[in-house]
Amino acid sequence: MFPYIPHTPEEEKHMLSVIGVHTVEELFEDIPEEVRLHRSLQLDPPKSEWEVVKQFQHLGEKNKHIHQYPCFLGAGAYDHWIPSVVDHLSSRSEFYTAYTPYQAEMSQGTLQIIFEYQTMICELTGMDVSNASLYDGASACAEAALMAAASNRRKKIVVSKTVHPEVRQVLSTYMKYKGIQVIEIPVLEGVTDLDALEKAVDADTSGVIIQNPNFFGVVEDIEPIEKMVHEKKAYLIMHVDPLSLGVLKSPGEWGADIVVGEGQSLGNPLQFGGPYLGFMAAKSSFMRKMPGRIVGETTDVDGCRGFVLTLQAREQHIRRERATSNITSNQALNALRAVIYLSVLGKQGLEEVGRQSMEKAHYAFEKITQLPNYQPVFSKPFFKEFVIRTSRDPKIVQQVLLDHGILGGYSLAFMGPEYKNCLMFCVTEKRSKAEIDYLVEVLEGII
Amino acid sequence: MKTYDILIFELSKEGRVGYRLPPKEVPEKPLESMIPKEWLREKQPDLPQVSEVDVVRHYTLLSQKNYGVDMGMYPLGSCTMKYNPKINEDVARLDAFAHVHPYQPEETVQGCLELMFDLQEMLAEITGMDAVTLQPAAGSHGELTGLMLIKAYHQWRGDYQRTKILIPDSAHGTNPASAAMAGFEVVEIPSTDEGLVDMEAMKAVLDETVAGFMLTNPNTLGLFEKDIVQIAEVIHKAGGLLYCDGANMNANVGITRPGDMGFDIVHLNLHKTFSTPHGGGGPGSGPVGVKAFLEKFLPVPMIRKVDERYTLTYDQPDSIGKVKSFYGNFGVFLKAYAYILTMGGEGLKRASQMAVLNANYLKERLRKTYVLPIDRVCKHEFVLSGLGPNDAGITTLDIVKRLIDYGYHPPTIYFPLIIEEAMMIEPTETESLETLEQWISTLEDIAEEAKEMPQLLKNAPHHSPVRRLDEVTAARKPKLVWKKQ
Repeated sequence: MFPYIPHTPEEEKHMLSVIGVHTVEELFEDIPEEVRLHRSLQLDPPKSEWEVVKQFQHLGEKNKHIHQYPCFLGAGAYDHWIPSVVDHLSSRSEFYTAYTPYQAEMSQGTLQIIFEYQTMICELTGMDVSNASLYDGASACAEAALMAAASNRRKKIVVSKTVHPEVRQVLSTYMKYKGIQVIEIPVLEGVTDLDALEKAVDADTSGVIIQNPNFFGVVEDIEPIEKMVHEKKAYLIMHVDPLSLGVLKSPGEWGADIVVGEGQSLGNPLQFGGPYLGFMAAKSSFMRKMPGRIVGETTDVDGCRGFVLTLQAREQHIRRERATSNITSNQALNALRAVIYLSVLGKQGLEEVGRQSMEKAHYAFEKITQLPNYQPVFSKPFFKEFVIRTSRDPKIVQQVLLDHGILGGYSLAFMGPEYKNCLMFCVTEKRSKAEIDYLVEVLEGII
Repeated sequence: MKTYDILIFELSKEGRVGYRLPPKEVPEKPLESMIPKEWLREKQPDLPQVSEVDVVRHYTLLSQKNYGVDMGMYPLGSCTMKYNPKINEDVARLDAFAHVHPYQPEETVQGCLELMFDLQEMLAEITGMDAVTLQPAAGSHGELTGLMLIKAYHQWRGDYQRTKILIPDSAHGTNPASAAMAGFEVVEIPSTDEGLVDMEAMKAVLDETVAGFMLTNPNTLGLFEKDIVQIAEVIHKAGGLLYCDGANMNANVGITRPGDMGFDIVHLNLHKTFSTPHGGGGPGSGPVGVKAFLEKFLPVPMIRKVDERYTLTYDQPDSIGKVKSFYGNFGVFLKAYAYILTMGGEGLKRASQMAVLNANYLKERLRKTYVLPIDRVCKHEFVLSGLGPNDAGITTLDIVKRLIDYGYHPPTIYFPLIIEEAMMIEPTETESLETLEQWISTLEDIAEEAKEMPQLLKNAPHHSPVRRLDEVTAARKPKLVWKKQ
């Protein structure tokens, strides 16, 4: 017997007789003999709960985690504080054991939360419409490029190389198979090379993708970029860190047309890279072109306020191959966490988290760059991450930090020879002065 | 009790807070000294200003306007709404997995990598495939990945003329949408009166422009494509690849494997077959399994085991690239892994058997009251055609809205498209005979009501937090964000 399968032998027999067969095997007789599995699956025998827990604990001992070691790693996944209520409320099984809200009358909880989420994302980004979320920041960026290309029927996407490498990799995969050209713009002193950008953007350019703060943590000057992009009637697509938006000018204020980003830092644990959530918001002209679920407010037959999945004529279950995207799901549970996070922090808290992360990052930056063997790589304004060049082997630096119980920095050596000795550090509001001072002390001691 | 009808924004009060940050400690630094003033935000986003108590009450009350598997039967066809075991949630929350950064040094994430490696091996065994990637974030994302693999394979052979994907008319809507997204043309293959792939129609369109065929087996009618061996043979002979939409894998585990049926590629839905929760729409996870000749096209990074150490490798020049940041929805892998450990090979097979038993039992019992359009032994799901033509004009929509009054989540409706007034029913193995009996008797009562008091169905639901909603106005005059009055 198995804990999740309730059938007793008597019940099974009764059910078989109602169906008119003698054995369960008879129900599978339409499967050709030659494709049936005539052996048992080669998997371990069933385990008890306690044995399962033990196996997980055993595997867990082979990991280090951020509750043991202070984390100075960022690069698209951030160790911000997650208020206790986020876990408690998102653990309610009315939320997490529900399906996509197809039957609106039974799903008003999920639907209203998505409506609240859409409102918050629009507030943060300064956009008119938001969808219900996408898989992650990278796929959201690729979907934004597809939406742009489908809207102005142009076949070229321009992306700055200051955009996260993984985002660019996902973008290039999606574009390659859809037959859309991707042009990458080089980095100049930590930001997008504006001359190269101006040359690349032309009448065939569908959209230009800029990350802000960019992959290196540097804040880009969007004003000249916005002018170049709109002069050629292309779309400005911004990939942003939502936690910067209590401090930094919103994409809407900069004149962006489409905004995407990684929503992990809004109350979602690091979880070795997922599940996270991608958000997408845009100007109202994109409303009927967006991928994914969208929730709208309406009324019921009694005139009461209620919420439904709407604008479904865009979606795969209606339009099939002419749909705006193949996506059927959203990251509803992660979006719920984001909504709870943003509610708890509120107007004031979001700014304070952003400001505090930034001040602590600047404190760390100043301390580290005062050390003899660590130089700043860029001199531009930055948010909560910065890049340091060291005269030491970055691998050794990482190892020594690890030996002292510190996670980070992130080596940028994979990006090419010019980043050979570069390490990127991230400082969030969670890092105490003592932890930062200890990081500096350990770095100083590396010979 | 009055229904709760308040948005979080409507609870907001200037100056109220629900958090406290640690002291800053580091020296105060004016923002303008770090960032040019004109790059700073002038007007703060209008987020709610509420206390922690407000937040807890608000979302708890909203949870009560939802319905989950923990509350009762959820027989959505092709969605496999089985019970989500609690132990899976516990292990996924362990610090050593939930709080690991994806860019930590490899020696600090050996447990994560070993688990992913093991899970890939388990899924390869279950599907009869040679290699598995865990990267895709959901079923449709797995489809997209699989279709990219098909394209990459043909292009690698120097064959650029294969631009078409064949898809049966009974397929999930995601199949054609994914094919279009991977840059393919879609050719729809009709079904026979029996509800299976029309082999002759398929052969008629097969030529050197066909890249592959996407098939769900058992299909969306819950029927096993018994000609699968011949289908595979014909497709392969024509130079195409065969793709298995694994949405309906809950009928097959331990019984038959896509790899043995002749499929080259399969995607799984961990949130269906492997019991991970649907989360109200996500996160899911859509691993993709392939035969050995396609392994080199899989997304990077791959996990390799080298001398008892696990490592992420990017050295794979023919790879399609990446489809998602980092390594996939790791938090979902943990739950699926716990499920497979709990069930073992024996339990997984038993689950598929009981899922099929439950579906056939419901079908036999309900066919007396509802129209059964295709009378064959079904697999994990089956399709009814509502009450059929009736004087009161009771539709499938009316029936399922009435089901809500009785506290059940309705089945999938109006899909597959080839059955009129379709009700696609998948009970899963985790429902007991008593639950099935109660559900049957409810549906029988509703059929009676349809004759006696049709208006009761037309106006249903009556007891839900809201009643039938005006979807037309919602789409015509979209109101997608809350605005201060």
